[in-house]
Amino acid sequence: MNMIVTPAPPATPNGTTRPQVRIVIVGHVDHGKSTLVGRLLHETGSLPDGKLEMLKAVSARRGMPFEWSFLLDALQTERDQGITIDTTQIRFRTNSRDIVLIDAPGHAEFLRNMITGASQADGAVLIIDALEGVRDQTRRHGYLLHLLGVKQVAIVVNKMDRVDFSAERFEEISDEISAHLNGLGVKPTAVIPISARDGDGVADRTDRIGWYKGPTVVEALDALEPARPLEALALRLPVQAIYKFDDRRIVAGRIESGSLIAGDEIVIMPAGKIAKIKSVESWPVTPVAGRQGAGRSVGITLDRELFIERGDIISHVSAAPRETRRLRARIFWLHDKPLAKGDQLLVRCGPKESRATVVAIEKAVDPGELSSVENKAIGRNHVGEIDISLSNPIATDPYTENPRTGRLVIEVSGRIAGGGLVLSVDAGQRAVPVDIVPVESALRPDERSARYRHNGAVVWLTGLPASGKSTLAKALERRLFSNGGSPVLLDGDTLRAGLNSDLGFSAADRSENIRRLAEVATHLARNGHIAIVAAVSPAREDRAIARRIADAAFREIHVATPAEVCEDRDPKGHYKKARAGALASFTGIGNDYEQPEAAELVIDTSTRTVAEAADEIEQMLKTTGVLFDEVVDLAANI
Amino acid sequence: MHLLRSDSGADGLGFTVPVSTQIPVTQTAPSMDHLDQLEAQSIYIFREAFARLKKIALLWSLGKDSNVMIWLARKAFFSRVPFPALHVDTGKKFPEMYRFRDHYGKEWELDLRVEPCPPIDAVDPTLPPAARSAARKTEGLKMALAKYGFDGLIAGIRRDEEATRAKERVFSPRGLEGNWDVRDQPPEFWDHFNASPPQGAHLRIHPILHWTEADIWAYTKRENIPIIPLYLAKDGKRYRSLGDQDITNPVASTASNIDEILIELEQTKVPERAGRALDHETEDAFERLRVAGYL
Repeated sequence: MNMIVTPAPPATPNGTTRPQVRIVIVGHVDHGKSTLVGRLLHETGSLPDGKLEMLKAVSARRGMPFEWSFLLDALQTERDQGITIDTTQIRFRTNSRDIVLIDAPGHAEFLRNMITGASQADGAVLIIDALEGVRDQTRRHGYLLHLLGVKQVAIVVNKMDRVDFSAERFEEISDEISAHLNGLGVKPTAVIPISARDGDGVADRTDRIGWYKGPTVVEALDALEPARPLEALALRLPVQAIYKFDDRRIVAGRIESGSLIAGDEIVIMPAGKIAKIKSVESWPVTPVAGRQGAGRSVGITLDRELFIERGDIISHVSAAPRETRRLRARIFWLHDKPLAKGDQLLVRCGPKESRATVVAIEKAVDPGELSSVENKAIGRNHVGEIDISLSNPIATDPYTENPRTGRLVIEVSGRIAGGGLVLSVDAGQRAVPVDIVPVESALRPDERSARYRHNGAVVWLTGLPASGKSTLAKALERRLFSNGGSPVLLDGDTLRAGLNSDLGFSAADRSENIRRLAEVATHLARNGHIAIVAAVSPAREDRAIARRIADAAFREIHVATPAEVCEDRDPKGHYKKARAGALASFTGIGNDYEQPEAAELVIDTSTRTVAEAADEIEQMLKTTGVLFDEVVDLAANI
Repeated sequence: MHLLRSDSGADGLGFTVPVSTQIPVTQTAPSMDHLDQLEAQSIYIFREAFARLKKIALLWSLGKDSNVMIWLARKAFFSRVPFPALHVDTGKKFPEMYRFRDHYGKEWELDLRVEPCPPIDAVDPTLPPAARSAARKTEGLKMALAKYGFDGLIAGIRRDEEATRAKERVFSPRGLEGNWDVRDQPPEFWDHFNASPPQGAHLRIHPILHWTEADIWAYTKRENIPIIPLYLAKDGKRYRSLGDQDITNPVASTASNIDEILIELEQTKVPERAGRALDHETEDAFERLRVAGYL
């Protein structure tokens, strides 16, 4: 449809003075999307001359009352079926925005078209029928907007004329949908009562909705912000191709985030090879000087001949993406056949592709349903979290660190079957490749218990920095060893120097650090040792994962020394540095430590000696069946 | 384990608001305007098509859109288009168009392939006259496909031209007969394209699907891309869209240069293809053509 409007304020055709915003209108089938679009076109003066009259005539010829939605139903097939089957794009203008409106079908069968449309949108209008209220497709679309990364969502409660413009009914729906979206981390920009058929609330606050004080639909659209390129993030240039059309060897790709300039030292991931950018090539003028930012399609030459291939990621040396063969993703699934554990797939992360195997599936639910019953496989139009093992290493970022490179699509038989966000790399406590068979120990647990006089356990000491965890851990280790036991100390910092040296301090890395600590500790516990872990582990969810891994062997001790005492001790000088602003991310002076709610033991080291505290821990380990009493019958503990 | 970044805003699902390693940027890159963004996106699409398909060609209709397309391809591949430019010739184009083809085919160093269309008798007689004439081109296209075995054809259609084109994907699969199944289009998002046509079938690739008529003109002006003079007004009329001579009509216009065309487009409510007879014969003529494989 070619719909061009008489310009309201002076505007340039290439939009240099007016931001262009792409929006999608989604919601349950028959809740009035097409009607709203037709009405919006009319209210913004965007209809071609004669179009309205022509459609009214067509309606009369067919003996049907005129509907605003006819404006969109340009396809014969759509009119015959009475539903919009695909994404169409229509343009119109508000006071300060050029709006590209992507209509998306509400029918569940066409979810792939809704996703195709919504993935291109800067903002969304979620429409709800005032009479029918929130339906499954309303919830599903809300969920998908979130998953697709559409952050600006306006809610429109349509057909208010059918509920006599009842403010109570409006509030009811507004509360329900707001609660649903808030649960997904999406805050609606507006909730607007309208009658798309009659025009109330679309461009005018009519008397019939006199109780409503918020923006109209047109005003809400006018407030949307266009997408911004991600120049502030670290450089990510995924390689699309290497061209040798002449004596130049040009590495071509689009800068997804960050920026680059000739002379930059770069690293090519996943191989980790280092080079310098010699020039930025272009046509018709080459080379180009100056910095190139996110969003540009560029070609660069390097100062040395390196093996580079499509799918590699070029970044700066100081902030490279991680190389991985394993990742966790939250995905939506569009294929007829449900996605199950063990399935073989093709995964695409930008231009990179890799064969992959699903090694675990969690939280597989129908986002349309209120009660989220978890399934073993992810059905068509459902969502879930999966761990995948990749046959080739890829370079990627968690979505939270880079929304462009931290997403992937899944192909089945050469057709896109799903997509989602990279939650973490190398993660997933159950991400065991299907072809690995663990070797069992030659010793039975009771043989070890008989020698050490204790069962295996994971003693997890959590608390603020300088709360005394390491001191207590060492005292406990000495005490258990003196009694003939087999304690092993696992200190968070010590492991970071080796096993976990690839991890930083992002939320995802912290979680992975805790997961590895828990896995190692659990392995020791299963083999009869008492693993003593001393780690701040501030996130309750991370500790819950550790408890899940260690299961019945887990003993949590909250070293609950008051924060002022910890800061006063400050043996490593961290508090002082953090107060001076030299440590940007330090647990202790903020509110970021989440206290345990059900620790096996709570110890305040400011009110007792180290020996007293060790006594308490020993006592707890006795009463919870880890340490054997002198008189106890060994057999009872096996 | 002691130096921990404070939590970013975690939402109910465990997602967090993007926080990333920020590198100090002493000097910021020049910001991209609307045309820069369109150009970068089109170049990305060209490079994906060239990387993922085995044998592709660009359909050069000689019009403003396909000229912009060639320009973008030259930017994507640093001067020379590395695949053939195919002109499916109905033999009924304007003389100015043939002159343009012969001149710029050489100047732009195109690997030009001119392919003929079958006679009108070979075309579905139930179509209205203009559509039947246009359908010849579809047949010519099928013959060229069979001759060369292309698995991808790059076409300069735009979503804003016409409602059925608005439903297109960037990478659009065609059946073995070259037909388009509008009801069963694969999902396409985040610039990931379905690029695996079944054996014997082909893909249509649409690198300027997201451009508008005004974008095309603004870009043509900015890049100084040559155009056929028929687009500029002469004696109160100009062509907004160029097809076969016998089924294309000029529109009333006084726009004698690109600036004036842009002003005209700001004000008009007449669709671009109003002068193309085949679009208006019956309500569904154009869609029937496209389902059968027309552009």
